[in-house]
Amino acid sequence: MLRYGVPASGPMDRKSFSVANAALGNSKDTPAIEISSSGLTLDCIEGSVTFAIAGGGFHIAINDVALSPWCKATLTAGSRLTIRSGTWGNWTYLAFAGDLLCSRWLGSASTHSLSGLGGGKLDVGNAITIINSRTIELANHIIAHPPTSDLRSHVRVSLGPQDRYFDASTIQAFMTQPFELTNAYDRMGVRLRGPALAVNAALDMPSEPVVRGSIQIAGDGVATVLLADHQTTGGYPKIATIITSDIDNFVQIRLGHEVRFTTINAQKSIEAYRYFRLNFDQYLQNLA
Amino acid sequence: MGKNISTFPRFSAVSDFAVLAEFGEKIDALAYKNVRHLDQRIAQRPFRGFVETVPALVNILVSFDPMVTNHSTVVEALNERLSEPDTANRERKTREVLVCYDGKFAADNRAIAYTKNVSTDYIADAHSSGDYEVMMYGFAPGYAYLSGVPESLHMPRKPRAVRDVTAGSVIIAGGQCIVTTLMMPTGWWIIGRSPTRILTGDEARPFLFDVADNVKFKKIDSREFDAIERAK
Repeated sequence: MLRYGVPASGPMDRKSFSVANAALGNSKDTPAIEISSSGLTLDCIEGSVTFAIAGGGFHIAINDVALSPWCKATLTAGSRLTIRSGTWGNWTYLAFAGDLLCSRWLGSASTHSLSGLGGGKLDVGNAITIINSRTIELANHIIAHPPTSDLRSHVRVSLGPQDRYFDASTIQAFMTQPFELTNAYDRMGVRLRGPALAVNAALDMPSEPVVRGSIQIAGDGVATVLLADHQTTGGYPKIATIITSDIDNFVQIRLGHEVRFTTINAQKSIEAYRYFRLNFDQYLQNLA
Repeated sequence: MGKNISTFPRFSAVSDFAVLAEFGEKIDALAYKNVRHLDQRIAQRPFRGFVETVPALVNILVSFDPMVTNHSTVVEALNERLSEPDTANRERKTREVLVCYDGKFAADNRAIAYTKNVSTDYIADAHSSGDYEVMMYGFAPGYAYLSGVPESLHMPRKPRAVRDVTAGSVIIAGGQCIVTTLMMPTGWWIIGRSPTRILTGDEARPFLFDVADNVKFKKIDSREFDAIERAK
């Protein structure tokens, strides 16, 4: 729907979202709740339902009994689930064995934060309803992590499409020096702090399509990485784009922490995607 | 995928799932014609692994499923389609958009009138008599970039954006016009407000325009505007 100005939106960390759903045997696009570092407390008012949580290293507890950050358990009437920011990461996902009642736009429950279109944002005092809720007998409350443990601070990018607007020394600085995530961070994107990346062309590019993972450089040489709710077009040159399999790792890096970019060519990026997809899908199948 | 080739079309890999096909670096009619040609050829004959096209003013993003194909295979498919004649027999729809140009909705009409040495009525008449065309969608859901603002109303973008501009505002900059769909900051000039919804709320046809549609603006007064808003 980029064609109509609509970004895909949906989970910031798509891998963790699919882990939470797969752990319950849900289909991969089942709506779930994204929780930022502000956390979430839910009181179960009526009925019971099994849930799964996957994402950053959050503190999870039911009635103050701690669970592991990647877990599944059953919530019953009168019990309280608390999800608080923990040792690492910015986002975690809460999926239910059942159908989360929520509004949809264009057939999707993904929320576009700027407009509120889609599933919407939960506020204190809101009630949520799960229909067709199921409880699953659980032998194990822990969800196994994927076999590959990625180094989150190293993120692979493909150069361009406007790398020609930058000197070789600027590209070199981009590839070798660390950047830091600033607090100018929301679902639309995050601004980085690092070496100034001078653009050596006039900034009168006609607006062109941008994607999740585009790294655009404004006139002041500051890099911004566009994320889930990104604008769909922009007029700033893009030095590089983060490859699909590494965006989920990137969004879990906390503000003030470091990130380094390494470039791979087009052919290698396809290989990296296929390698990731095949392994990850295999892992998801084994979770169910 | 040579990135230093200065001739067009120029193809660049974007991440692991898209190719950007560029036909120029400055806005011009030929570049845009090529964008639309490629967009239409792909729509008529999608290649294996095709996902979506996003047409813009001088380039078009073509995304694909990286499990099925890759950048160089897609570039071949695009070159093939570029060399094919345009056989589409499409009817170009004309969409009507109502606009109230009353001062309360047109924060910038006095400034434009002053700059251009025209009356505010002239702005309403000139704007509503133009022939517009949907060039592209961009920025946010339903933001359709229309070309066709009469030359006498061309204003450069403001140096600084104005915050919280109401959804439904009709804004112009240079030769382009947008009917906004969200409350947003904008550096464009606000010349009226439309009760016509670009995000229609109709599941079968969620967006009022398709790229390449023609658009006509129809001037309404504030009583008509209020009546339409009340009826929603």
